[in-house]
Amino acid sequence: MENLDVNGQAIAIDNEGYLRNLEDWSKEAAMQLAQQEGIELTDAHWEILHLLRDFYQTYEMSPAMRPLIKAVAAKLGSDKGKSIYLMSLFPGSPAKLASKIAGLPKPTNCL
Amino acid sequence: MSEAKKSFLIINRKAPYGSSAARDALDVALTISVFEQPLSLLFMGDGVLQLLPEHIASEIGQKNLSANLAMLEMYDIDRLYVCRQALEQRGIRPADIRLNITLLDQNGIAALIKQQDQVLSF
Amino acid sequence: MTLHLINKTPSESSALSDSLSAVSEGDALLLIENGVYAALQGYAELFTRLPGSVQCYLLEHDADARGLKQLNQEFLPIDYDGFVELSCRYGKVVSWF
Repeated sequence: MENLDVNGQAIAIDNEGYLRNLEDWSKEAAMQLAQQEGIELTDAHWEILHLLRDFYQTYEMSPAMRPLIKAVAAKLGSDKGKSIYLMSLFPGSPAKLASKIAGLPKPTNCL
Repeated sequence: MSEAKKSFLIINRKAPYGSSAARDALDVALTISVFEQPLSLLFMGDGVLQLLPEHIASEIGQKNLSANLAMLEMYDIDRLYVCRQALEQRGIRPADIRLNITLLDQNGIAALIKQQDQVLSF
Repeated sequence: MTLHLINKTPSESSALSDSLSAVSEGDALLLIENGVYAALQGYAELFTRLPGSVQCYLLEHDADARGLKQLNQEFLPIDYDGFVELSCRYGKVVSWF
């Protein structure tokens, strides 16, 4: 089993780098996961990460891109509820990347 | 991907947790929605049991289906049809179900199936 | 005396109807897994002809997991310890799976 080292503490991750346990997530863990992806977390990133954590709390699944956009638009306004905005924060595949940094499982059914 | 859209109907006929049928149907539904095809879900027979709210599935070490079904509207899956007779047989009132559903009788179910391009039964 | 275990809904198999036709005085019924759905009010009629000496139980963890509330009062909810205790109390267990 692979581990992520956060301040000397070993946290279990899967072979794609997603945390195995939801409870292992912390600010430090998020920063480390982001760093590995070449992302420096700003307030704009954090509000998406917290929104994702809330989404998972409610629905017990990580969202694919479309429901993520819908959730962001509902909570943070339609300016941010856009694919291009999320791409600017989490380049490539925002739903997958943001879920990973938020310490959630990989979204299924995500193209 | 071709631009032509096909309408899909997923029929849920099994109780949750006793088998993987309910979860398989959900996975297929979410996948179809990612391809932005028109999708309806029909719950009949024991499938209506999936719709009861507030499962505490952690008590049996499973993932919570009722939380996942509440997420369907975030995927714009909002056409949920339910067999009225199946609810009545089990003593479940439509008001017990928190999701936005449309009740159908037998004729309504036949008509719904007839309208679809593809029908998948779980 | 026998403990009858049922783990299927009344419509997914003949487990429940088979067991009901094989119950004797002094036996007990225990609904587990999907069997707990038989305690929905809509199925109460199925149990009205049971001998009065037959005790009915259901595993509360399975009922909670499925969001079941306001169930048939004839069924006494039990936990896993209760399940073990019943299995010991009744010499024979028939699993109608």
